[in-house]
Amino acid sequence: MDLIEFSIKTATIFVVFVLTLLIAMYSTWAERKVAGFIQDRMGPNRAGPGGLLQPLADAGKMFFKEDFIPALANKWLFIAGPCLAMLTALLASAVIPFGSTFRFNGHEVNLQGVESNIGILYVFGVVALGVYGIMVGGWASNNKFSLLGAIRAASQNISYEVAMGLSLIAILMMSSSLSLGEIVSQQHGGNWNIFYQPLGFIIFITCSFAECNRVPFDLPECETELVGGYHTEYGSMKLGFYLFAEYINMFVSSAIISVLYFGGYNYPGMDWVYTQLTDAFGTQTGHNIATLIGTAVFFGKTLFFIFFYMWVRWTIPRFRYDQLMNLGWKKLIPLAIFNIIITGAAVLFLKPAITAWLN
Amino acid sequence: MVVISRNPIHSVLYLILTFFSLSGHYILLNAQFLAAVNIIVYAGAIMVLFLFVIMFLNIKQDQEETKNNLTKIAAAVVGGTVFVILFGAYRKTAIPAFNPDQFDSQIGMIESLGNLLFRDYLLPFELASILLLVAMVGAVMLGKREIGERHF
Repeated sequence: MDLIEFSIKTATIFVVFVLTLLIAMYSTWAERKVAGFIQDRMGPNRAGPGGLLQPLADAGKMFFKEDFIPALANKWLFIAGPCLAMLTALLASAVIPFGSTFRFNGHEVNLQGVESNIGILYVFGVVALGVYGIMVGGWASNNKFSLLGAIRAASQNISYEVAMGLSLIAILMMSSSLSLGEIVSQQHGGNWNIFYQPLGFIIFITCSFAECNRVPFDLPECETELVGGYHTEYGSMKLGFYLFAEYINMFVSSAIISVLYFGGYNYPGMDWVYTQLTDAFGTQTGHNIATLIGTAVFFGKTLFFIFFYMWVRWTIPRFRYDQLMNLGWKKLIPLAIFNIIITGAAVLFLKPAITAWLN
Repeated sequence: MVVISRNPIHSVLYLILTFFSLSGHYILLNAQFLAAVNIIVYAGAIMVLFLFVIMFLNIKQDQEETKNNLTKIAAAVVGGTVFVILFGAYRKTAIPAFNPDQFDSQIGMIESLGNLLFRDYLLPFELASILLLVAMVGAVMLGKREIGERHF
């Protein structure tokens, strides 16, 4: 790899990193605004226009609070907990394809941190690791409520990972590729997976709610039963990291949903726009502008799903723990297996029949 | 570090680190699928359950039970024997000659792996899946509540 390519890659990864953080930061603001809107009140409106500086103010507050470590806590693991949560949350955004390619001076730059052969498995692995942050932090606090929260988080994540993986398999059977870039480019031309996999999509989004510990599955931090859940003992920026990791997870899972099921950066009439732009501005500038539009569309979809998360949060009450487990093991997993069988049958029999009929 | 840590939680965390290093080796061998699956299955699921159980058992940080000399001697003998066997096996093994021209760098990729598993090794694969199914049914049977017994 020569130096130019290397620096381009570094720059891409840096941009992806900053974008993820920025979006997560403004998700906290958006969450309050959406909450305010749904509950018919104002939301933050003091810091900056429309409360836009509120995340910065919050971050400042978090940083200047006392960094407290309980006397009986396991000190290193207590610090490692939020770090792990943040690390695993940030790792996943590396393989998301944000757009097609940029062209300049004969270089083609993928708008993707790393184009990997096993993209979706990578995301899945990182998500599977996400639970360590919570478990380690909850255990190290040396507090019964934290421990209970951590154990709830772990069991919930493990249970829902199974259904999530099974719902993904149907997608993989259709696209016969694990690479996220490949999956997106196969959905070109309105050929979105949501039309073929509505059941899989519902299972996937339910599981991603559970994986992010969002309402209605936020049992690990359910304050009526567990004080504050796994982060009871945390204060200052460590607590901030835990909360922030949740928002990053939310962004990443929204992005994954829009990549897997809603065609990523593809939009209807994309080819027409592309030819118009390349005719008007030449192959380089036109191509870049078309890519930018695609990226904007991708972010539009992602932001819609973030909004959807918030919408659900202020609409649906929390599940009870046994309801959560019943839903995961007794409903979602059989449904996902059923979905796999249907997809397999369709790929084997229906698809050749339709192609034969069309020709 | 896995073995010498006094705190079982630390041992588990070091073991997770070991799995990560193992995945790193897989990636260096260009077997990305294996690396990812190793992380998902071992680090993501099995070690979480380990941690889970240890956290439940180890809430009070109770003193570790004193081990008598007999246990220590037995452990040393067993460990030494395993080491000797490993060393002997290592000495006897003939390392096949590496031929760069015939080496297929795509051999660890998921496509070739799938072809191999579902074409050449279909029967062992299916047998393994049946074995797993039996184990799962057994686990469910063990965990099932008896009729009339109530836990909460």
